[in-house]
Amino acid sequence: MNRRKFLKAAALAVPAAAVPGLAQKALAAAAVTAYDPTKHLYGMGIEINKCIGCGRCMEACKAENNVPKEPFFFRTWVERYTLKNGHGGLAVEGIKPGELKPPAAGGEHHTLKSFFVPKLCNQCQRPPCVQVCPVGATFSTEDGVVLVDSERCIGCRYCIQACPYGARYLHPVTSTADKCTFCYHRVVKGLLPACVEVCPAQARVFGDFKSKADPLVRFRRMHMLHILKPHLNTEPKVLYADLDGEVR
Amino acid sequence: MNPEFLHKLAELVPQVEGFIYPNEIEIHWSILIVLYPYLTGLVAGAFILASLVKVFTVKEVQPVYRLSLLTALAFLLIAPLPLLLHLGNPLRSYEIFLTPNLSSAMAMFGFVYAWYLMVVLLLEIWFDYRKDLITWANESKFPMNFVYRILSLFSKDLTDEAIAFDKKAIRVITIIGIPSAFLLHGYVGFIFGSVKANPWWSSVLIPVVFLFSAIVSGIAMVLLLYMIITPLRGKPLDMPCLDRIASFLFYAVIVDFTLEGLDFIHRLYESEESIKILSKLVMNKLFVSLVIIQVLLGMLVPLFSMAAAKAFRFNEELRKLSYFVAAILIQLGIFATRWNIVVGGQLFSKSFLGLTAYKMEVMGLEGLLVGIAVLIMPFCVLAVLLKLMSPWKTAEEHAAGG
Repeated sequence: MNRRKFLKAAALAVPAAAVPGLAQKALAAAAVTAYDPTKHLYGMGIEINKCIGCGRCMEACKAENNVPKEPFFFRTWVERYTLKNGHGGLAVEGIKPGELKPPAAGGEHHTLKSFFVPKLCNQCQRPPCVQVCPVGATFSTEDGVVLVDSERCIGCRYCIQACPYGARYLHPVTSTADKCTFCYHRVVKGLLPACVEVCPAQARVFGDFKSKADPLVRFRRMHMLHILKPHLNTEPKVLYADLDGEVR
Repeated sequence: MNPEFLHKLAELVPQVEGFIYPNEIEIHWSILIVLYPYLTGLVAGAFILASLVKVFTVKEVQPVYRLSLLTALAFLLIAPLPLLLHLGNPLRSYEIFLTPNLSSAMAMFGFVYAWYLMVVLLLEIWFDYRKDLITWANESKFPMNFVYRILSLFSKDLTDEAIAFDKKAIRVITIIGIPSAFLLHGYVGFIFGSVKANPWWSSVLIPVVFLFSAIVSGIAMVLLLYMIITPLRGKPLDMPCLDRIASFLFYAVIVDFTLEGLDFIHRLYESEESIKILSKLVMNKLFVSLVIIQVLLGMLVPLFSMAAAKAFRFNEELRKLSYFVAAILIQLGIFATRWNIVVGGQLFSKSFLGLTAYKMEVMGLEGLLVGIAVLIMPFCVLAVLLKLMSPWKTAEEHAAGG
């Protein structure tokens, strides 16, 4: 091939190579525009009796969402409640994945029961964090998820103070508030949140309140449900089945 | 990621008592946010003292009228600084003015602050000083004459009509200023009092308690400044003025003490779910700063000291001493009040099942040194203001003294 031919071929090849990339982008854009948030209202059901406290949800969440790996920053976590007999009281501890030990035995009060409680942002319908954000960086989406715009957040931490569930932290790299998004980037593509995806016991059920046939609809029909701190009137969209009254 | 920060958090883990949510290990509002309500409280209190002269025509307090106004201005100018330093992204702070979220109590900051600074304080000071500024501009040499000319906003009218208008304007501004001062500090209290997630803060009484503790701290601060600056100027203290300020201070402390007592008894009597963890908080973490410093040293001892000065008819020297000691202890007490509210409210878990710890760093943005620097700055601003716009040297004296 002489130089003239080579240049001609190259001039044709470059745009030709760009076509599949452009097509892919166009398709992705079409998929995004096809998604209509007004048609959804997301929520999560958690079945306390199914959680085995393995902590895989915590690990999956950190990996999926670039949550700092240090044990001071969590979008989701699991607590273990242990009730002792008589006036032995209540012991609560945070689970560290892979380091689970049986509840401390011994003493005059034997263990009455022990259970795990997965926690995450409750995606409140009346979110105090959204109410207090001075610049509107924290907002509710039409499909019921509370998100943080990290380009806008000024890092005043008022939302962290206002959250009754301890679900927010200040991201140490961006110095902006961070929290569970229900893996919004996955959900709008029809995927499940990472924690739901990896739960080996199916203790977490993700779904759509607006759907007529959906795992969350079935979950709500089949269980007696409870929410965390109902007296604060935050209207959480994370629902717990078989939740003990001790849980805060 | 800052490894020192992570190390600091790791150090706190063994100090946690009971269970806290895992994200709660970091104390989010620390020394800088303690300073903010302390500084704004001084602003509101100093202004209220100044308004006693103009609105309630308490003649005895006239010698500290201008000092009170300048004190309020100096502290108000520095008050936003700790907030700004505390932000994770301070360069975005302008968003709070440009795109405020109207449902946020904090977003109102810009409006409340601007209103108080521009409409109340600067305007009142300008009207009060206008005549003097014109005179000083005429009599001073370059470059000060130019500075005074700018400060007077190039006003030149010294006719009786203009002076009468100044007086009228000051009265109107002060009348608007009193509710504005209440708004300024009541609003700061509301930022805390409206957080329903936190039972230590969430109380309708908090804004009112903030307000009265502000009045207490502001009056005490002006009293202190007057008692320190006057001897430095080689002038005698005006005893009727001191007695009157001390008397107002005494009643303000009683109202403040009653309100805080009411809040305490109300919580104890209602005995809601949070009462167990709050009792633990007070008895373990806040015992020294709340029971000893805030209540005993910051309120009861000053009350006793000022009451004794009245009851036993102390002589002048003893009265001065008792007022001075009372005013210093009150500053300490009110600072402790702010500390106990801001830091105390974060030392227990919102699960109500445990207590966490706070360790103040020395260096660093949220450290002791920055805190002290921020606390000293208003006094430096005040020194400049006093030098530039002497509250004592009225136009007549200036003319007489050359």
